[in-house]
Amino acid sequence: MLSKRIISCLDIKDGRTVKGVNFENIIDAGDPVELAIAYAQQGIDELVFLDITASNEKRKILVDLVSRISRQVNIPFTVGGGISSVEDVSVLLNSGADKVSINSAAVKDPGLLKKMAGQFGSQCIVVAIDTKFENNDWWVYINGGQINTGIKAVDWAKKITELGAGEILLTSMNNDGTKKGFAVNITKQISEAVNIPVIASGGAGTMQHFKEIFISGKADAALAASIFHYKEIEVLELKKYLKNNNLEIRI
Amino acid sequence: MKTVIIKYNAGNVSSVSFALERIGINALISENAEEIKSADKIIFPGVGEAGSAMNYLRQNKLDEVIHSLTQPILGICLGMQLMCNYSEEGKTNCLGIFDQNVKLFPLSELKVPQVGWNTITDLKTNLFSGIIENEYQYLVHSYYVELSAYTIAQTNYGISFSSALNKNNFYGVQFHPERSGAAGQKILENFIKL
Repeated sequence: MLSKRIISCLDIKDGRTVKGVNFENIIDAGDPVELAIAYAQQGIDELVFLDITASNEKRKILVDLVSRISRQVNIPFTVGGGISSVEDVSVLLNSGADKVSINSAAVKDPGLLKKMAGQFGSQCIVVAIDTKFENNDWWVYINGGQINTGIKAVDWAKKITELGAGEILLTSMNNDGTKKGFAVNITKQISEAVNIPVIASGGAGTMQHFKEIFISGKADAALAASIFHYKEIEVLELKKYLKNNNLEIRI
Repeated sequence: MKTVIIKYNAGNVSSVSFALERIGINALISENAEEIKSADKIIFPGVGEAGSAMNYLRQNKLDEVIHSLTQPILGICLGMQLMCNYSEEGKTNCLGIFDQNVKLFPLSELKVPQVGWNTITDLKTNLFSGIIENEYQYLVHSYYVELSAYTIAQTNYGISFSSALNKNNFYGVQFHPERSGAAGQKILENFIKL
């Protein structure tokens, strides 16, 4: 059976990890490649690298990094952050990224999404949705959570599925950073509204939260950052816990 | 030992090349017929769309080259699917090495594409030497090949399908050994040793 995926996310700036990571046996905690190898050894199923580099000139640093990761890491990884053209996608995939994650650019130009899926295949196009609950509904935000698009998250999820997205990375801005659990309701709503996989992100604090998002939230994968980086939850321990709770998990 | 990765308009050439590097193989990436024919082992990768990939192969006469090979060749993901007769993706006539058709997963019952780690079972041939039953491999695909006499590994996603095929010197895997951790690496090593 297909297993539920546990994904770790690393924020990258100028080719280096942004937040500190608390790993033993890591010589350079700022080197994304070393961290990626360590995560792969711990049994993480996938990695997401989110580039928060502000300037376009520094794009080349990211491309070099992607190539170094692909050379040394033997599990799948997604690269996201500031991707706004077919050319951006082409360069990252050719450098060895397995998937790319598109966010604001898809909202600004939905046709772009269709073009990307047509050219590279849906399987490598992840659409990231940042969503916030206010005024009784979940809305899509862009530009790093600064602009409310006025589009409902469920509607957007359906739309991008039609346009050729292969996967949805759903981040609840209300839950992100709280460690109080994932946004179960909206994840379930979206997972039931579309027939592509949904990765839940934002709010992981305990192992129970993962169980809850897989069972009640119907997520196909769950993503977290700091709890893994700071070893508040060990990947293997989490996977054993979920497996003991009758979830299909790769150990 | 000369290993060639067939270069064409489908992705993941670099990730396959890097995976071979990790097991000490420096593969040549080429679309040159003579280079491909003179190789000891050939890898036919593929992430992309069946119709445009087959067009490209035909235009560059790579379809004939692949047919003519007698040494071991491993198709990965789309590469494996292109070795079949026909694909529902773009209603494409493929290479016809495996007398099988490639079908779309039933959209009403399953999330498509299948993305993630799934188990491989009923393992046959030396491609799977030292690989345990129910080992996990990473898959990303919307189309599948039914079980048949060519099946040397199977996986279940709503239905049981062929996650690996073999006929004479032709091998194909639906999963991505280049992205499937230590077990995937072992499968690539096994192929190189065939």
